[in-house]
Amino acid sequence: MKVQTGHIEILRDEFPLLHQQFGEYPLIYLDNAATTQKPLSVIESITEYYTDYNANIHRGIHRLATKATEAFEASRTNVQSFIHAAYREEIIFTSGTTGSINLVARSWGEQNIVANDEIIISEGEHHSNIVPWQQLAERKGAVLRVIPIKEDGTWDLEAFEKLLSPKSKLIAVNHVSNATGVIQNIEALIALVRNTSAKILVDGAQAVSHFPVDVQSLDCDFYCFSGHKLYGPTGIGVLYGKRALLEEMPPFMGGGEMIDRVSFEGTTYNKLPYKFEAGTPHIEGVIALGAALDFYRSLDQEILFRHEQSLLDRITSHLLSIPGSKIYGTSEHKVGIASFYISGIHPYDIGTLLDQQGIAVRTGHHCTQPLWERFGIPGSVRISFACYNTLQEVDMVSEALLKAVHMLK
Amino acid sequence: MNTIEDKQQEYIHAFNMFGDWMQKYEYIIELGKDLPVIDAQYKTDQFIVRGCQSKVWLHASLNEQGRVIFKADSDAIITKGLIALMVDILSGSKPEEIVHANLHFLKEVGMYEHLSPTRSNGLASMIEQMKMYALVFLKNTSVESLN
Repeated sequence: MKVQTGHIEILRDEFPLLHQQFGEYPLIYLDNAATTQKPLSVIESITEYYTDYNANIHRGIHRLATKATEAFEASRTNVQSFIHAAYREEIIFTSGTTGSINLVARSWGEQNIVANDEIIISEGEHHSNIVPWQQLAERKGAVLRVIPIKEDGTWDLEAFEKLLSPKSKLIAVNHVSNATGVIQNIEALIALVRNTSAKILVDGAQAVSHFPVDVQSLDCDFYCFSGHKLYGPTGIGVLYGKRALLEEMPPFMGGGEMIDRVSFEGTTYNKLPYKFEAGTPHIEGVIALGAALDFYRSLDQEILFRHEQSLLDRITSHLLSIPGSKIYGTSEHKVGIASFYISGIHPYDIGTLLDQQGIAVRTGHHCTQPLWERFGIPGSVRISFACYNTLQEVDMVSEALLKAVHMLK
Repeated sequence: MNTIEDKQQEYIHAFNMFGDWMQKYEYIIELGKDLPVIDAQYKTDQFIVRGCQSKVWLHASLNEQGRVIFKADSDAIITKGLIALMVDILSGSKPEEIVHANLHFLKEVGMYEHLSPTRSNGLASMIEQMKMYALVFLKNTSVESLN
């Protein structure tokens, strides 16, 4: 199915949840940066797993285990080609982006960070790309440095260049801001880092569902994302790491699956990727992530990006026409996220009155408190689009928003 | 005379006059706008009600007639309306009346179904905090009467 903008209605039929009505109001789901809705094929893949071939994977010799293992490993290959990784064992399944970042902090971080080393993050990071590094820095006596965010929501790369030094050991930054939707100039940042020996971790949670990502051409060391923001289920995510790096890293969770041989004298570990996947994994999550990728990759990426940009352009011009309204993230390179604050009106009040009109948006700090401190507001109302949103919905939201503002002013 | 019960009946009547929840919210917003201004000295972290996502400040005092006087504010207008509603119902009653108040009107007007979980938790926290103040006044007065 190659989606054309005129085919959005057909696409919407794939998402059973979207067809809801709250009294006179149809559901308008615009909280996609938090989680996307799931197409039928993803939902069915979970049911199919449990009704047809539920079995524990890998060491089983019976046919159910074989089928489950094949489906599980097929998803790994699917993810590998999705982000253009060189080897399939570079794909580690985790519980999500947060799980992936914590894995790197606990494994690579414990092994490589020492006192006075510097870890660089940005002012616009999600708390899950701040706290694990803060904790690591505390454990090791290392120092956290912060790339300032400019008024338009992009990194201050000149300031970053000054932060970069032989002490820099890791740069951990997002590809796209979950709070503002700004696509950062990750290529320029990586080019600067490549003159040093520092490693680069990219939080791609908000990127992979909006445009193609190629980890080899990016030349990052780690790349993380979640399944549930990509039309897949919750509780499953991916850590990509360069093979040589992952080989060197110690496992961080012990248990079944990750071992080669266990005796009381000592244990040898399984090879990649299994040494990082201790215990019975989230089998149906991995399989359903594969189904989600199949769905997403069946859409024409260029048309999809243009469609989201047209939604973004329309909502942006609506928002700018509201007196006192300000959009945060004004860079021209953005995914379909519009984050705004209307002077004198608390974001929660707007969110509540939109909810009463069937519209789901997110309000508050979006887990990026330092960013809102930098902008000097308590948080924002965030409208975030996915492939199934329509221009008609944007117009309905604008009308509902005007009504809310009128009531609140 | 049970003023808390009378007030609850008034609000049940008032909420029932509105057809849909957008109108009910409009009413809540108006209640917020009518809430008397709280002294700036009480808008500090000490008086913040924990568990609310928007800021809510709540101050309680016992007047000479032994009745609890609540004053409150919020930085979000709908939350302010909700706290205004609770202040109007509970303020001016005796501590024991507040502690034992059965706030059945919230269920009867369908409040909890129409507030987001963060707002219902916030509202529950406000009520808990108001009852807590009343309980402290109750304990203090019973200690005094024992003396």
